[in-house]
Amino acid sequence: MKIHEYQAKQILSRYGVQIPQGEVADKPSKAREIAEKIGSKVVLKAQVHAGGRGKGGGIKLANSPPEAEKIAQEMIGMTLVTHQTGPEGKLVKRILVEEALDIAQELYVGIVIDRAKEAPVVMASSEGGVEIEKVAAETPELIFKEYIEPSTGFLSFQARKLAFKLGLEGETLKQAIKFILGLYKAFETTDASLAEINPLLITKQGNVLALDAKMNFDDNALRRHPDIMEMRDLDEEEPLEVEASKYDLNYIKLDGNVGCMVNGAGLAMATMDIIMHTGGMPANFLDVGGGVSEEAVKNAFKILVSDKDVKAALINIFGGIVRCDLVASGIVKAAKEIGLKIPMVVRLEGTNVEQGKKILEESGLAFYPASSMKEAAEKVVPLSKQGERE
Amino acid sequence: MSILIDENTRVVVQGITGGEGTFHTQRMQEYGTKVVAGVTPGKGGQTHLDVPVYNTVAEAVEKEGANASAIFVPAFFAGDAIMEAADAGIKVIVCITEGIPTFDMIKVKQFLNGKDCNLIGPNTPGIISPGKCKIGIMPGHIHTPGSIGIISRSGTLTYEAVDQVSQQGYGQSTAIGIGGDPIVGLNFVDLLQYFKEDKDTEAVILIGEIGGTAEEDAAEYVKNEFSKPVVSFIAGQTAPPGRRMGHAGAIIAGGKGTAKEKMKALEEAGVYVAKSPAEIGQKVKEALE
Repeated sequence: MKIHEYQAKQILSRYGVQIPQGEVADKPSKAREIAEKIGSKVVLKAQVHAGGRGKGGGIKLANSPPEAEKIAQEMIGMTLVTHQTGPEGKLVKRILVEEALDIAQELYVGIVIDRAKEAPVVMASSEGGVEIEKVAAETPELIFKEYIEPSTGFLSFQARKLAFKLGLEGETLKQAIKFILGLYKAFETTDASLAEINPLLITKQGNVLALDAKMNFDDNALRRHPDIMEMRDLDEEEPLEVEASKYDLNYIKLDGNVGCMVNGAGLAMATMDIIMHTGGMPANFLDVGGGVSEEAVKNAFKILVSDKDVKAALINIFGGIVRCDLVASGIVKAAKEIGLKIPMVVRLEGTNVEQGKKILEESGLAFYPASSMKEAAEKVVPLSKQGERE
Repeated sequence: MSILIDENTRVVVQGITGGEGTFHTQRMQEYGTKVVAGVTPGKGGQTHLDVPVYNTVAEAVEKEGANASAIFVPAFFAGDAIMEAADAGIKVIVCITEGIPTFDMIKVKQFLNGKDCNLIGPNTPGIISPGKCKIGIMPGHIHTPGSIGIISRSGTLTYEAVDQVSQQGYGQSTAIGIGGDPIVGLNFVDLLQYFKEDKDTEAVILIGEIGGTAEEDAAEYVKNEFSKPVVSFIAGQTAPPGRRMGHAGAIIAGGKGTAKEKMKALEEAGVYVAKSPAEIGQKVKEALE
């Protein structure tokens, strides 16, 4: 799960990570109030789940409270387009109003789980303010790493090593060590999957602060962090994905027009792949789960037909423990209840497949049966193209 | 004719009295798996599905000689269950549970370090040596004994592969789901090592997916150490970056872990790579001819 910058900063400040003075505003007058309270130049930052906000006009400097109000007026309600939002952009509903600071140096600190090493890794670099992937690709020697032993946690000497490698000294060094230790504490305690400070700011006075902050969380652990679960912003997510998540369906909206409903994540991806190999484009990833309950089939059906981009759909179920006849009944029931508005190719395989096929045939509904993935893809792709022309 | 489990494997089911545990224990018993004990803390002394239930795995090992375990306990307790099994001396631990937090698995892996046991999963359909033993939730009847080893990161896609292989007239020595999470027990390379030593396995199918580097590691191993034919399919060629495709481990992060990179690495290692999932069976035939 992703959260906004202002939320990440709220969390981090609880663990002793220094953040700039500021507050979040959802209307221009509030932005002015915050600016007055801060009493100096302020930076206004659009709060959307996407990077590249500066270039898209989502980060602006205001010299006075009235100017802050004026900029906030323009920013709140605007659609911000960055390289991460896609061409449709994202609606800005809140802005973070923060004190503007004198920048001496921009560094980078980030924590992720290293899958190969099976441990968290704290990374630091003197090359802050730019995309860290770029630094990693071009100058990997400028990224310093410390791996964490889960039983001991992140140790003080490791934080010191990183801070010294960044070339810091004196009071700044001390602050940076405290900062990095706090960041790790926050990462570990909240079951985060990413905590990234880019840039980590060194002010002209030598203070260390998080100028930006990004945190993602392990979805599997969210139930033990109700406070973080509450930070989920449904407006930032695709409406159909929000709908699907209510039913515990794994659904991801994509750009194509062939809808898919599959049991199992691997088979769902493979189904998308075969659609592409056959010359079509998948409209979504949708895993109804290994069990394929009648309820799941019905809800998945609803989501497929409510996506206006879907011109034809492919249902691919490998019934193993679940029987194909039960799956077929579920599909027929859903189609009768919701309506079969688009051509639907159904491929069933596994236990009781013959009975399953018979149920589909006898339903009188216009399903297109298929016996293999290949045949299913070869049927659904032309159907999706016909749908496009009509 | 198989790796890790066979007709002599004695299974304890952790979480046997729960809904999932009950249902799948019955299926395993029907398949012929020797389920010798169950564990549900607090229910020791009962009998469930004709199997004695114990409070701890250690008792099940001591009293029934269990040497493998199937775990069906809820996600937040599953890490603990894995470690309990390892501590009791279980050699093959199969964790079916889905949704274990990553930090829990990091601790589990550290705990297992240096212990003589093999963890399969979590978030796996399990492991099956057809005709001998099944520990997991896969449909037993689609499998037939034979000479193809299968290692996969997914569930139903593995069944698809099994089905295609059967249609070509080949059976399986052992089929293993390694699990769809970012951190799992045995990986492709660990299992390839077992298949290398198994004289009855003639060829291996690797079913990978986007995310991580397990497939690249496997390619490296195949190139240098593995002489049997290997067929592979990587799911997620059409997956967009940054989105988790159902499995917690199936995500292209920071431009890494794409299907394209994995397929390239495998091809360069001499693996028969199926571009379409419909070609897996055909590729096996090609590889063996």
